[in-house]
Amino acid sequence: MIYLRLFYEFFKAGLFAVGGGMATLPFLYDISDSTGWFTHSQLADMVAVSESTPGPIGVNMATYVGYTTGGIPGAVIATLGIIAPSIIIILLIAKVLKAFRQNKYVDAAFYGLRPCSVGLIAAAGFLVLKLALFNTELYQSTGVLADLFNIKAIILAAALLVVTRYVNKLRNVHPIFFIAASAVVGIVFAF
Amino acid sequence: MRELFQLFIAFARVGVMTFGGGYAMIPILEREIVDKRGWASSEELMDYYAVGQCTPGVIAVNTATFIGQKRRGIAGGIIATLGVVFPSLVIITLIAGILTSFSHIPAVEQAFSGIRVCVCVLIFNAVTKLWKKSVTDKATLVLCLLVFILSVFLDISPAVFVILCAGAGILFTKAGIRGK
Repeated sequence: MIYLRLFYEFFKAGLFAVGGGMATLPFLYDISDSTGWFTHSQLADMVAVSESTPGPIGVNMATYVGYTTGGIPGAVIATLGIIAPSIIIILLIAKVLKAFRQNKYVDAAFYGLRPCSVGLIAAAGFLVLKLALFNTELYQSTGVLADLFNIKAIILAAALLVVTRYVNKLRNVHPIFFIAASAVVGIVFAF
Repeated sequence: MRELFQLFIAFARVGVMTFGGGYAMIPILEREIVDKRGWASSEELMDYYAVGQCTPGVIAVNTATFIGQKRRGIAGGIIATLGVVFPSLVIITLIAGILTSFSHIPAVEQAFSGIRVCVCVLIFNAVTKLWKKSVTDKATLVLCLLVFILSVFLDISPAVFVILCAGAGILFTKAGIRGK
């Protein structure tokens, strides 16, 4: 029963993803690996769409994966799955909000959880990096080292990195502009 | 009933206007929930937001559940949350439907190859931003690197790392390693 599995997988992501939007990403890669419902490159595309449309990123990604896997019912079920743990947990702690915030065990657990979340997101980012900047398959078949690097993509990545991090005027521009610009570059330079 | 409906509409508006989630949401919540409707004070909103960050799940969803339950109890919490995700469901389903039928066109494929590079950079930027807030001492540095290396090379569910790291956080704090 694919819908039950969808709900379960997204319930798990909602329960364990700590630190907002991008924190769901490692769970989505895990779902991709364990079920084969969608590929790593499809997932990278979903991240781009989720970033460039209204709504919280985590919810957008759940809806997208759900739709790809099981059509409209899949989209609804995956979305309900990712929000269910939040609703349950928040309703439970709403009454003891202050005590929860000041609890030293909660604080100590989050001291460990935050770096964990960074490590997991970085690992997911590494998978996208491998996919976007390197031609691992081409390299494996030809054995020519130059074939490993996707030069055009690496130049674009370097340019984006400089623009998004070091150009003061552009640093706070919404990601959607960089996504759109990259799409244009992709078409013009035939990526 | 009326107020439940209003909760749904208000949070659906927040959902539509939130681009990218996270901090982008605060000014919109301020306007829709605090200024226009007086459902919560700015301080309460910041409290909810802070707790929303240190509970699992999507922060926008957590904040919606908080405000909803404050207004109308459990039903309010559920309705507000459904409101905040409703626009995503509609918009993403439409886009996903359209993209699936265009994805085989060469230009679309090339566009997405370019976009993937951008996604890479966006994730890298997110990681460095989170890194500054989370990796504050030697113990967190070790935890972060260990999680990264192990999850790149081994096939372990991220949930396992989350549970182990929560335990490690408590253990390190008790042992007095924290902050050194």
